[in-house]
Amino acid sequence: MGIAMFIITAFLLLSVYLGIKATRGKDMSIEEWAVGGRGFGTIFVFLLMAGESYSTFTLLGASGWAYAKGGAVYYILAYTALAYMISYWLLPPIWRYAAKHKLVSQSDFFASKYKSSVLGLLVSIVGVLAMIPYLVIQLKGLGIIVSETSYGAISPNLAIWIGMIALTGYVMVSGVHGSAWTAVIKDILVFFIVLFVGIYLPFHYHGGIQSMFEALNTQMPGHAIFAEKGFSISWFVSTVILQTAGLYMWPYCFVSAFTAKNATILRKNSIMMPIYTLMLLFVFLIGFTAILQVPGLKGADSDLALLRLSIKTFDPWFVGMIGAVGLLSALVLGSLLLMNSATILAKNIYPLFSKNADERKIGKMAKLFVPVLSLICLYYALKDSSSLNILFLTGYSLVTQLFPSLIASLFKNNFITKQGASVGIMLGVAIIIYTSMTKTTLATLFPSIPSYVQDLNIGVIAMLVNIISMIFVSLVTKNGEIKQQEKQAS
Amino acid sequence: MKPLYFLTLIPFIGMLGGAILFNRETPYILGMPFILFWIVLWVMICSLTTAIIYKLDPSNKESE
Repeated sequence: MGIAMFIITAFLLLSVYLGIKATRGKDMSIEEWAVGGRGFGTIFVFLLMAGESYSTFTLLGASGWAYAKGGAVYYILAYTALAYMISYWLLPPIWRYAAKHKLVSQSDFFASKYKSSVLGLLVSIVGVLAMIPYLVIQLKGLGIIVSETSYGAISPNLAIWIGMIALTGYVMVSGVHGSAWTAVIKDILVFFIVLFVGIYLPFHYHGGIQSMFEALNTQMPGHAIFAEKGFSISWFVSTVILQTAGLYMWPYCFVSAFTAKNATILRKNSIMMPIYTLMLLFVFLIGFTAILQVPGLKGADSDLALLRLSIKTFDPWFVGMIGAVGLLSALVLGSLLLMNSATILAKNIYPLFSKNADERKIGKMAKLFVPVLSLICLYYALKDSSSLNILFLTGYSLVTQLFPSLIASLFKNNFITKQGASVGIMLGVAIIIYTSMTKTTLATLFPSIPSYVQDLNIGVIAMLVNIISMIFVSLVTKNGEIKQQEKQAS
Repeated sequence: MKPLYFLTLIPFIGMLGGAILFNRETPYILGMPFILFWIVLWVMICSLTTAIIYKLDPSNKESE
């Protein structure tokens, strides 16, 4: 075993140990398992939420995007910072309502607010549909990292198996407590490693950050800014607005707000979180440096940019540290996704099919769903399937469709009805699925309109249809309700 | 929705509106292309905005 592999394995064992230790002396009810008994303080909530934004996919994907698509990658920095900022007023009312009604999932929230288990089911389906491909991609990322940093000693498929087994065991035993503890080691590691590597590489190869960008601009003019067409400014603005709305609509992000001990913790976090996203800047620098140093990675291989450049530059023990960062990131996000999907299946779908489902049974079912979901994801991760990538890209757009009816539900006099919310979400989701399957964009729909309109994210259309139909159906059904009440009164 | 919370609109307008105007490489600031610097600047202002709201918001004084 090489030194790189040794370091990665040591970190894996450490995180499993911490996960098991975190649960000692706690009665693992579903509330404890899924939302940490609502007892997390500022640091833990911060680390959980930060853990979500620093996935393996961010590390490989963001550097890969900087490598392949250039300036377009800045959108990640922009929308995460804005979303964290608005969490100041978005999350506290959600937290308060969830704590009062002892909710453990996002679907609970919709079902309870709109008094409709059908809407809860719809939200569950949208959430799981969006999360499973995301989980598969985490696993694939894990496979890439382990096999690259083992210098080929471990095949990607074997790495995926090892990762999945570790992940499943760990989630079943410890729940969200384990994720929070792993996030502690992971974030300390990410912080120092990414900061160091992001600054070291441009200085090592080009003598500075500016001279790296200048060299890049000579070789590929305009690569580090937004393009004239395609990933242009209007794409950037529309995508940032949509994704800002979407970030906390991911069921696992939504629920990480439930883990807080009180609402002030969430407000306090929204101060530090935007600054923390600046870590992404250093990931971008790695990707940009890689274009000049390890050119020629095409298509999906651009995700290898960070690792290939690290292997070219650093000693094996340090490559091992970078691999460990990737592994732990995958464990934190993977465990949250897995736990959350299992909770949704057990809490919001299973009781619809079983009349005598009580609290204890639901808790048991949730843990049973973990290995089942793992196997499904393992199957897709091992089977090379490009359609999953399409699904992943649309995952964000899918969950974003929950935003309008969520916001409406936070108002005191919410006139949106359960029918309105359901129709809006269904139409929005249907448009997203259709356009991503057929690769429809505004440019293919309207070839003659100006390019700044063509480049708008097609999610804008889905969102507009969602909002308009939500309001329209609500007005119609509300009138129906009032008439019915009048009839009963007379 | 308290009026104070509408302060969070400023970073949206600043970051995205500015990006429309300043999508260019030069001048480099702190080594970054100008557009990247602009976005980074507004990320910091996002934190500043919530810090200001936090200071002024009476709901943080109640214990929940």
